[in-house]
Amino acid sequence: MARWWTEEWPWYIAGPLIGLFVPALLLAGNKSFGISSNLRHLCAVIVPGKLEYLRYDWKKTGLWNLTFLLGVLLGALIAAHFGDQHEIAITAGTKAALGHLGIHDFSGVAPHEIFNWHALLTVRGFVSVVVGGFLVGFGTAYAGGCTSGHAISGLANFELPSLIAVFGFFAGGLAATYLILPHLLVLP
Amino acid sequence: MIQTEQVANPIEAGGQARPVNLLLYLVLGAAFGVVLTKSEAISWFRIQEMFRFQSFRMYGMIGSAIATAAISIALIKKLSLKSAFGEGIDLPRKSLGSGARYAIGGTIFGIGWALTGACPGPLFALIGTGVSVMAAAVLSALAGTLLYGVLRPKLPH
Repeated sequence: MARWWTEEWPWYIAGPLIGLFVPALLLAGNKSFGISSNLRHLCAVIVPGKLEYLRYDWKKTGLWNLTFLLGVLLGALIAAHFGDQHEIAITAGTKAALGHLGIHDFSGVAPHEIFNWHALLTVRGFVSVVVGGFLVGFGTAYAGGCTSGHAISGLANFELPSLIAVFGFFAGGLAATYLILPHLLVLP
Repeated sequence: MIQTEQVANPIEAGGQARPVNLLLYLVLGAAFGVVLTKSEAISWFRIQEMFRFQSFRMYGMIGSAIATAAISIALIKKLSLKSAFGEGIDLPRKSLGSGARYAIGGTIFGIGWALTGACPGPLFALIGTGVSVMAAAVLSALAGTLLYGVLRPKLPH
């Protein structure tokens, strides 16, 4: 198969392509690019009417985005199924640093040692997947957006709230990387 | 799932959930899923590389995405373009308030981003690529969203 399909794409191709989803959705139907609102929509589907936050017509405001999200899952499935399974070519420095923390399997898109069902019963697996997922959900709902809605759509529209949110994203990410992961990943 | 009521003016229905539109969003979403996967932005390893400042890759990707989106938005505004179904295009601006929700919520999300190695789009993409345990992360994210819904009246915004 063609090289572009089997190998990872360089950032200067992937980045602009990601950016183009902002005008694509605006031109398709005046929609704002943002993935995390789907978590709210899914909650509105599951527990409708109980909370003020979830009392809205999700079919009217969110069905397009939920459909987009389903597409994301299918697109990833297609890319992974027909693409080449290869090790993520991270820099030697990162590999060494992660090796010190007990990560030895670099074959997958995420470390198999942590991101599998059995590892949910370990501290590092549970914290990475369940606690991490919870914070992603709570944090994006509180901040009103994630990487797509704030970092890309928001900053591209020169919005101060999004700039504050992105500073928060990095503050939290750096804190977790340097203060939590060194103690978490070394646990069995 | 599809809206059943008839809409008098098809142009007004442009952005609504008509089957043809939904198919368009499905295709656009699939394209986004392919880009996220081929760019490796869904990889925990790439996110670690980014937060450790050991590669320019993720910064280049996010930076060029913002630049491309910014130029596109400027062009759409300058040319007063309309959507495919004739609606005017507007980007509602977020209200700043005290800014607390963006600073605190953003930081909480950032911690989750580094722990899972995934933001919301990649969480779902990873399930597609076969990291099925991310379904547990998604369920947990829904619980987190729900808790925000419960606490919202009490939180600073």
